[in-house]
Amino acid sequence: MDARRNWRDLPDAAGRFGPYGGRFVAETLMPLVLDLERAYAEAQADPAFHAEMDGLLRDYVGRPSPMYFAERLTQHYGGAKIYFKRDELNHTGAHKINNCLGQILLAKRMGKTRIIAETGAGQHGVASATVSARFGLPCVVYMGAVDIERQKPNVFRMNLLGAEVRAVTSGGATLKDAMNEALRDWVTNVADTFYIIGTAAGPHPYPKMVRDFQSVIGREAREQILEREGRLPDVALACIGGGSNAIGLFHPFIEDEGVRLIGVEAAGEGLGVYNRHAAALNGGKPGVLHGNRTYLLQDDEGQILEGHSISAGLDYPGVGPEHSYLKDSGRAQYLSATDDEALAAFQLCAEIEGIIPALEPAHALARVGEIAQELGPKGLIVMNLCGRGDKDIFTVADALGKKI
Amino acid sequence: MSNRITARFAHLKSEHRAGLIAYMMAFDPDGETSLDILKALPAAGADIIEVGFPFSDPMAEGPSIQKASERALKAGGSLRGVMDLVSRFRETDKTTPIILMGYANPVEQMGAHAFAHAAKAAGADGAIIVDLPPEEDIDIREALGGQGLSLIRLATPTTDDARLPVVLEGVTGFLYYVSVTGVTGGQAIGVDAAAAAVARLKRATDLPVAVGFGVRDGAQAAAMAQVADAVVVGSTFVDVIAQAGADAPAAVAAKVRELSAAVRGARKLG
Repeated sequence: MDARRNWRDLPDAAGRFGPYGGRFVAETLMPLVLDLERAYAEAQADPAFHAEMDGLLRDYVGRPSPMYFAERLTQHYGGAKIYFKRDELNHTGAHKINNCLGQILLAKRMGKTRIIAETGAGQHGVASATVSARFGLPCVVYMGAVDIERQKPNVFRMNLLGAEVRAVTSGGATLKDAMNEALRDWVTNVADTFYIIGTAAGPHPYPKMVRDFQSVIGREAREQILEREGRLPDVALACIGGGSNAIGLFHPFIEDEGVRLIGVEAAGEGLGVYNRHAAALNGGKPGVLHGNRTYLLQDDEGQILEGHSISAGLDYPGVGPEHSYLKDSGRAQYLSATDDEALAAFQLCAEIEGIIPALEPAHALARVGEIAQELGPKGLIVMNLCGRGDKDIFTVADALGKKI
Repeated sequence: MSNRITARFAHLKSEHRAGLIAYMMAFDPDGETSLDILKALPAAGADIIEVGFPFSDPMAEGPSIQKASERALKAGGSLRGVMDLVSRFRETDKTTPIILMGYANPVEQMGAHAFAHAAKAAGADGAIIVDLPPEEDIDIREALGGQGLSLIRLATPTTDDARLPVVLEGVTGFLYYVSVTGVTGGQAIGVDAAAAAVARLKRATDLPVAVGFGVRDGAQAAAMAQVADAVVVGSTFVDVIAQAGADAPAAVAAKVRELSAAVRGARKLG
């Protein structure tokens, strides 16, 4: 890696992380994303914005989330000490709410009166519906028809929170199609609508904005691990779909050269199985989709593949552009875990730590043992446990051949 | 630069009328039928043709063109295949301008220079890449320009006076005014609003201005033809193709004749 890089200066004024990022949107949306960029810069400079955000993160979300020493998992692997950053204890059960709060406060500042969001597993949809209820704004959540069928409890949650869930039947009827439909809504309702994007992707300034809102994870983690262990971790570990929880954990450590940043992608049925994984960084190549240039799962003609993961939250053919840059630069390393490995890690964590993780961080859990053993007993790992597994019990039961 | 486009607009001006720009999706419903459709359009009255190339995630399209894109991909439509259709069209038609229209990623995978070279070799005259705003189009614009082809830019109701110079910087061919905020195939705006919008653009550029989005019938096309240099019609033709099956070339030609007659019959205002 190049020590002279000014990581914190990225993205540049054009929203670029090296060749990645940018603003690849139709002209109709271009003035809107420029407007959003201005409004976000103003909000960032306004202490009142931060004060309101901090208060809500504390009292509504329940931050700071604990830093937990996973003692039995550490003993199980017999290697480095493993700590969990427990973002699964947040209100709504995942890290998604950190970003949604930031974006809805921005929507309010901009005078927007209607919220739209896309969702895959439903966690970002639930978090968007939650903050919309909290701030009294109507919310429409686009969700693939296939995902609606897979994630009925979250659809009902969104309805309870007053959101309208619109089924998307185009394409493969999953997350990327939901994002297409949300963009179509936005381009139609330009005057009053704020689009809350759920991951650190999309046109600039979304990747930066989502990273900044999620960086509360890494800021807390850095402070907590210094307090507990008196030093920085050797490894910061997180799962990667679009990559918002990972960039949130990584970014506050990015200039700490001794901290290895490791992301774990969803390898589905295996990286070697065509169109049956969701590992954009390990199995894709750069291209343009959903407003940014980044690594994408695609065929030789540039058509986007659907991909696959047992985890609906990782089942996305792209990845945030900053991760593409971190990969190319070598500052972060990206591994992968298959559906089966994630399932095994999910069960192990439940059985020996008494924590049912979401299937997304179960992918990071699937690699933590090897990393712990490689580092040895003097090593130190902070892993983001970014979501809880309640939403996944039906999927897991199904995969295990059990009826509930 | 863009000789067929420039020549066609000069011709339209000499006839004191607006042109009809017809959109069709290549490989919809299949390669050979879409070539027949393409060949039938000029005689039916299309002055300029936009040939869509399919993309898996067409995020600015309404349901009609989304479905056309899905049909084209199922039929094996690729960017190289689309270039091949255009070159076969050019064997018999040397004058009708062809604009390739689609999304950035297929072009990016081919490479900007390879795309421009292939487009020139096939006999295309320009391209519209929907998700490349001016801030992101420099590579493809220069590559096309190097081949004497135009990158057509879009102006929209959200393109305010402060932004308009950014859109007009370095643009050639014509300016495409997307008359409504929304996806393709939505509602058309009224003629007064279109007239005001075109007048605003005309104050800022000498290029011809085409107006599109939401134009579905002869009355709307005639209204737009009174105020614009060309009227773009897409989803309506795509719907006809979707419904007609094997009869698509004749059916869409009939629809193009209807709209062309309306455009040709319109008296230009001002």
